[in-house]
Amino acid sequence: MSKYRPRRILPSEITPPEVFFDRRRLLAAALAGGASALLPAAEPSQAQPGQLRYTRNTRYSTSEPPNDYEDITNYNNFYEFGTEKSDPARNAGSLRTHPWTVTVSGEAEVTGQFALEDILKPHPLEERIYRLRCVEAWSMIIPWVGFPLADLLKRFKPTSKAKYVEFRTLHDPKQMPGQRFRVLDWPYVEGLRIDEAMHPLTFIAVGVYGRVLPNQNGAPLRLVVPWKYGFKSIKSIVSIRFTEKQPLNSWHVAQPDEYGFYANVNPNVDHPRWSQATERLIGRGFFAKRQPTLMFNGYAEEVAHLYSGMDLRRYF
Amino acid sequence: MRVESRYRLVYKPLVFLACSAPFVLLVAGAFEVLGRDLGPDPVEYILHSTGKTALNLLLITLLVTPARQLGGWPHLVRLRRMLGVFSFFYAALHVLTYAVLDLGLDFATLGEDIVKRPYITVGFTALVILLALAATSTNGMMRRLGRRWQKLHRLVYVAAILGVWHFWWQVKADIREPLLYAAMLAVLLGYRVVRSRTARELARRFTEARTSAPPSESP
Ligand code: HEM
Repeated sequence: MSKYRPRRILPSEITPPEVFFDRRRLLAAALAGGASALLPAAEPSQAQPGQLRYTRNTRYSTSEPPNDYEDITNYNNFYEFGTEKSDPARNAGSLRTHPWTVTVSGEAEVTGQFALEDILKPHPLEERIYRLRCVEAWSMIIPWVGFPLADLLKRFKPTSKAKYVEFRTLHDPKQMPGQRFRVLDWPYVEGLRIDEAMHPLTFIAVGVYGRVLPNQNGAPLRLVVPWKYGFKSIKSIVSIRFTEKQPLNSWHVAQPDEYGFYANVNPNVDHPRWSQATERLIGRGFFAKRQPTLMFNGYAEEVAHLYSGMDLRRYF
Repeated sequence: MRVESRYRLVYKPLVFLACSAPFVLLVAGAFEVLGRDLGPDPVEYILHSTGKTALNLLLITLLVTPARQLGGWPHLVRLRRMLGVFSFFYAALHVLTYAVLDLGLDFATLGEDIVKRPYITVGFTALVILLALAATSTNGMMRRLGRRWQKLHRLVYVAAILGVWHFWWQVKADIREPLLYAAMLAVLLGYRVVRSRTARELARRFTEARTSAPPSESP
């Protein structure tokens, strides 16, 4: 059985930001431990700014206690805002997420420019508590709010030629000061095989801890692919393109021998410069031991079949 | 106050305090006092802070000689040993952080890292050199080793090169900072090359002038 089921979450295990996590929602969290997979979360007593309405998806949530809101929003790799972990929280204020346009193009029947509101409108939001494993050998547990990527992609009616999906981050050095230096080949590009993109675990996040995503976490919408290293989960998306050829993702372009296209979490294939066998779970204090990294980050039962017959050492 | 007492009573204690400051701040951060904290990943924070401080102090140690010669402060050399030993102190903390806090004293993995991961092999070599230099930094050792002491302590250049190399190698994509360190090191080492060349040149000209000059005192 994969590591993230069944969900046995206790309200006391959740360490949310007090500012918005009121008593009613704690109750709802306790209720959500029940049998049903999707339970409506309680309405907040007063509408907090940025508060989202969503249901909890327990089927796809890990039972491990999530990291603090503080940690999730202050320890980020988002090179568009600087290369230190603390840079994005400091610098992402310059990003304007309204208005926001997403361009859909390539091998699909429905293409064009879409306002963020039109992208999001038809999708009911749900919360999923996912494990996140960074290629740098640390990890976090994060309660995302969003919807399955597949539901969004289907609206564009991809054709039979759509073998891959390519995503791009905004490129605007005025809003993203990190782009003034060519640390990576901007804009940031990521991609998935179409079957990976359509997998029910693959998620578009618009919120975290029940609230709208802070800029440093990839507002207004980002990808979350929990069985792959974090760099696959591209942030602040402005372009979705269906392609026949495998997209060239930024880290692969930067260092082809260190970062591949697939980037599946795999404890048996080391990064050339460090081991991927273990990970340091953030926020568990000084003397917390490193934990063993799980194949496909613990999601093997759901996704291993996507790669059957593939040499994962070659397609790293 | 005489120069010797000024160094003993004022400059040395000040440098000691300055060199201890990063350590004090780390301890304050670890106990979350004085408004300090180590952020979401304290182990990484300590690892990076001690590594950077070790390298900073190593470069400052290498700055002493040029500063003496160019600034005309020959007594600065009295501060050099303290700077060098502090650099070793932070390097040792850095490696202990890795071995104890990060690896949880898993020596098998540490050994494997030293052998298998080139950036750690390089860092380990630098650490061994710094250890040898710190261990032979006492007056007694200086006397005992005599001329060999000088030779041994030239390894500080190797340690600095390996330190910068180790820094460079562990970076993922943003090499701006290690590049800056490499440039500073190049200036510090380049200065010595130029200086010793000039000194040799002067010495050669001096001997030439002596040997080719007409023997004036000869009868
Ligand atoms: C056995 C010896 C050593 C080991 C095992 C070691 C290990 C490490 C590790 C694991 C990192 C962090 C890599 C990362 O975050 O991905 C690191 C970074 C670093 N180390 Fe070492 N190291 C050693 C010796 C040294 C020495 C002797 C120096 C200085 C003279 C040094 C200076 C640095 C610096 C400057 C960094 C980068 C810090 C930053 O990014 O801010 N290390 N080292």
